[in-house]
Amino acid sequence: MSNGRFILLACLVGVALVGASTFVTNEYYVFAAYFVLQYVVLATAWNILGGYVGYVNFGTTAFLAIGLYSAAALNKWLDLPIPVLIPIAGVLCGAVGLAMGYLTIRLRGVYFTIATLALSVVVQTFITNWDYVGGSRGIYIMRPSEIPVFGTYVAYLFFLMTVLAVAAVVTARVIERSTFGFGLAAIRDDETAAAASGVPVLRLKLIAAAISGALMGMAGAPLPFYLTYVEPTSSFSLAYTVNSVAMPLVGGTTSWLGPVIGAVLLGTMQQAMTVLISSSVNLLVVGVLLVIFVIAAPNGILGLIRSIRGKKPDPETNPLAAMLVAEKRSSQ
Amino acid sequence: MGLYAGLLLDSIVSGVLVGGFYAAMAVGISIAFGMLGISNIAHPALILLGSFIAYVLNSRFGWDPILVGVLATVPFYFLGALLYTAYEFAFERRGTQLIRGLAFFFGLLFITEVGLQLIFGVDYRLVEAPYIGPSYNIGPVSLPVRMLIPFLASVLLLIGLQLFFTRTFTGRAIMAVAQDKFALQLMGAAPVRIKRIAFGISTATASLAGAFLIILQPVEPSMGRDYIGRIFAICVLGGIGSLPGTFIAAVIVGVAESITATFYGPSWSPAIAFGFLLIALVVRPAGLFGRA
Repeated sequence: MSNGRFILLACLVGVALVGASTFVTNEYYVFAAYFVLQYVVLATAWNILGGYVGYVNFGTTAFLAIGLYSAAALNKWLDLPIPVLIPIAGVLCGAVGLAMGYLTIRLRGVYFTIATLALSVVVQTFITNWDYVGGSRGIYIMRPSEIPVFGTYVAYLFFLMTVLAVAAVVTARVIERSTFGFGLAAIRDDETAAAASGVPVLRLKLIAAAISGALMGMAGAPLPFYLTYVEPTSSFSLAYTVNSVAMPLVGGTTSWLGPVIGAVLLGTMQQAMTVLISSSVNLLVVGVLLVIFVIAAPNGILGLIRSIRGKKPDPETNPLAAMLVAEKRSSQ
Repeated sequence: MGLYAGLLLDSIVSGVLVGGFYAAMAVGISIAFGMLGISNIAHPALILLGSFIAYVLNSRFGWDPILVGVLATVPFYFLGALLYTAYEFAFERRGTQLIRGLAFFFGLLFITEVGLQLIFGVDYRLVEAPYIGPSYNIGPVSLPVRMLIPFLASVLLLIGLQLFFTRTFTGRAIMAVAQDKFALQLMGAAPVRIKRIAFGISTATASLAGAFLIILQPVEPSMGRDYIGRIFAICVLGGIGSLPGTFIAAVIVGVAESITATFYGPSWSPAIAFGFLLIALVVRPAGLFGRA
């Protein structure tokens, strides 16, 4: 499928989602769907660096919180609307991703991982000490009860998150099928060999880190309006980090579809379990699923499906195979 | 002596004491990450597990927390050996240890933390022992016994481990496996078995560090997370795999944090270790005592 047709299809799915949500009378379901879509964005964003390049980011919480708090602060200061806050959060978090990458990514991947894990502790320290956004006491966000065109504010937030999810998935898929994406896959498979074959390793990794961080920050920008009250402890819940790692790994990390499958599956399961049992139990389940999947099904659900079908690597879904096919064609 | 100088001296001393304890926390990572190349980020959660074992046996039967820490090294050793066996089988053999191995330990961190939370809740827990209350005072410097004991015990632990790694056959084999797995194989030692022993020892130190932690301060299950940055900062700063380096780096981080807490407020100290980590990664990734 060409990029153009994929984008059209993704937009149609988005329109259908928003359209369907207007028929839902119980607002709780719209909230639950928002939660799942937020994880589609986070899992897809994580996968651009984690799945395509093989650099594991354990700092999703930090990026999400930077997006969240920059939106909360700018809303308090200038009363900016969310569609303006989202790109600002994106630029900020893209810059943080770039800086983080620049400082650590040149070393072995593990150092990047540890630095991102420590980053969330530092961001939390700064926000806890930042009085303008309430410090450790937290901050209330006023939102209008009604908004033109959309009616309720929840419908408006759901629309924005759908747009973000469509944009994230389209970005991931376009990257996957581009020379940029093939370069990333080459780095993942063998960094030294990639560098030797002329792939600009450092530059590609940094761009991937920036895009990944920016998408995570954008997912965080509408969150204060969704929660209406934010404070550091719950904003820095490790749940965001563990979910955004577990979802792509459970779904499958080599293609854009894996994180979407993982996010929809685990996200829906968590919403159901939070209502039926408790939120700490569902996080325990996510942890267990993560461990089981990395041991027993290293290529996730997509990998399981492929092995059941007994398919060989297919150029459509495997960037490396596609690169080899392209090379063969050009040399003939 | 002026008030300011007294305050500074006191914070340096308490920083050194806390730093010694940080070394006990970091030594397990230094062995796993530095010598074996296994990035066990679940280590801080295992330390918390050690703290809660000490808490349970102390509050139920009145056992001494350090004694519990020492006794628990045995089950922790076997837990570590078991973890390494699973890790070796699932990741090292397939060569996928980087991304999936990290996710594996991250999942383990999460399971331990949420599991402890489900059992013990989010309240702070503490232990009782005769040495937790008293404190010596030398001029402006106070030496609380609950800080002195973990410090001295950590120093003993590090000296013991250093002797083990430099003087015994198994210890030398572990150092060798870190440097050249294939050469070791040629000498007739089995790398997987050696690494299993080393990872067992690394995990066993978590039970001791956990006991020291709960003597030093009350604990709650998610606390381990705050220590991740600190522990890795110490390991990287000290030079991956060097135990004397780990100790010196732990004291440096401890003193820096203590001075920050005294003069700028304790809410800023978590950012210190991260600053050190970033500086170390940028300026000298091999660490103060590492092989460059």
